[in-house]
Amino acid sequence: MSEKQIDFIRLNIPAKPEYVGIARLAVSGVANRMGFSYDEIEDMKLAVAEACTNAVDHAYCGGDGEIEVACKIFSDRIQVDVMDRGNSFDISEIDERTGPITHQSSLNAVRERGLGLYLMKTLMDDVDIQLDQGVVVTMTKFIRKDVVESYGISPSSHQTNR
Amino acid sequence: MNMTVQTKQIEDQGVTIYVEGEVDVYTAPKLRESLMQHCETEDLVRIDLSGVNYIDSTGLGVLIGAYKAQIATEGKLIIIGMNERIKRLFQVTGLDSVIQIEENQEGGQA
Repeated sequence: MSEKQIDFIRLNIPAKPEYVGIARLAVSGVANRMGFSYDEIEDMKLAVAEACTNAVDHAYCGGDGEIEVACKIFSDRIQVDVMDRGNSFDISEIDERTGPITHQSSLNAVRERGLGLYLMKTLMDDVDIQLDQGVVVTMTKFIRKDVVESYGISPSSHQTNR
Repeated sequence: MNMTVQTKQIEDQGVTIYVEGEVDVYTAPKLRESLMQHCETEDLVRIDLSGVNYIDSTGLGVLIGAYKAQIATEGKLIIIGMNERIKRLFQVTGLDSVIQIEENQEGGQA
C-alpha cells in the first residue's frame, strides 16, 4: 500500500443524525467514480454510516460537534477516514461486545446495539481505529481489478487536491 | 433520505407494517416508535421490508428490539420482502438465525 495518493476529498458534517446520510452518499459518489461494484459501494456506504453513527451517538454526548469524512483515492483502493473530536471509548471493551449474533445467543444477549463496529470490520478490507482526542476510524477497500476494466480519475476532477 | 411507515391490519391475522425508504440513525427512532406501538397490542407483527433500499445497524437494532418485545409477550414477529442486500446483512450479522424470515411475501405494496 505504498502507491501515491491521487486525490483527496473532505467533507465536514455536524455530528447529528440527519447528516449521516450525506456522508454516506458522498462516499458512495466517490466510490462510484472509482469504479467499485454496486455491492462494494453498498458495503462502503454502510461502513461509513456506522462510523458516523458511532460518532453521533458517543462522541459529543448530544452536544454540538463535527464529523470529518476524508476520502483518499489511490489507484488500487479508497481510504475513508471518519474523525471526531469528542469522547473516545474503550476499544477493547467495545470489541468484546461486538460480533455476529449466534443462534445460541440467549435473548438478552441479542444486542440492539453493537453491530456497527462488527459490520465495519466485515464489510471493509481493513479497519483501523485510533483514539486520540476523539476517534479516527480508517477504513480501506481495494478495487478488484478482475472486476473493473478501467477507472479513469483525472487529478483535476475533485475539489480538493493535495 | 427519508422513510415512510404504513400499516395494514387484518382481523385475526395481525398487522403488517410496510417500511419504505432508508432506515438509519435519523429515521430509526420513527420506525421504533411505530413498531413498538404495534408490538404492544398485536400477537402477530409482520414487517415488510420490500420498499427498504438501505438499512444499517441502527435499523437492525430496531428490528431486534421489536423482536424482543414480541417474544416477551409471547407474540410473533415475521420479516418479509427482504431484498438481496438486506438478506446478506441478516446473514452477516447472524440475525437470520434469530428472527423469522418469510421468503414468499404477499407481493408487498404497489
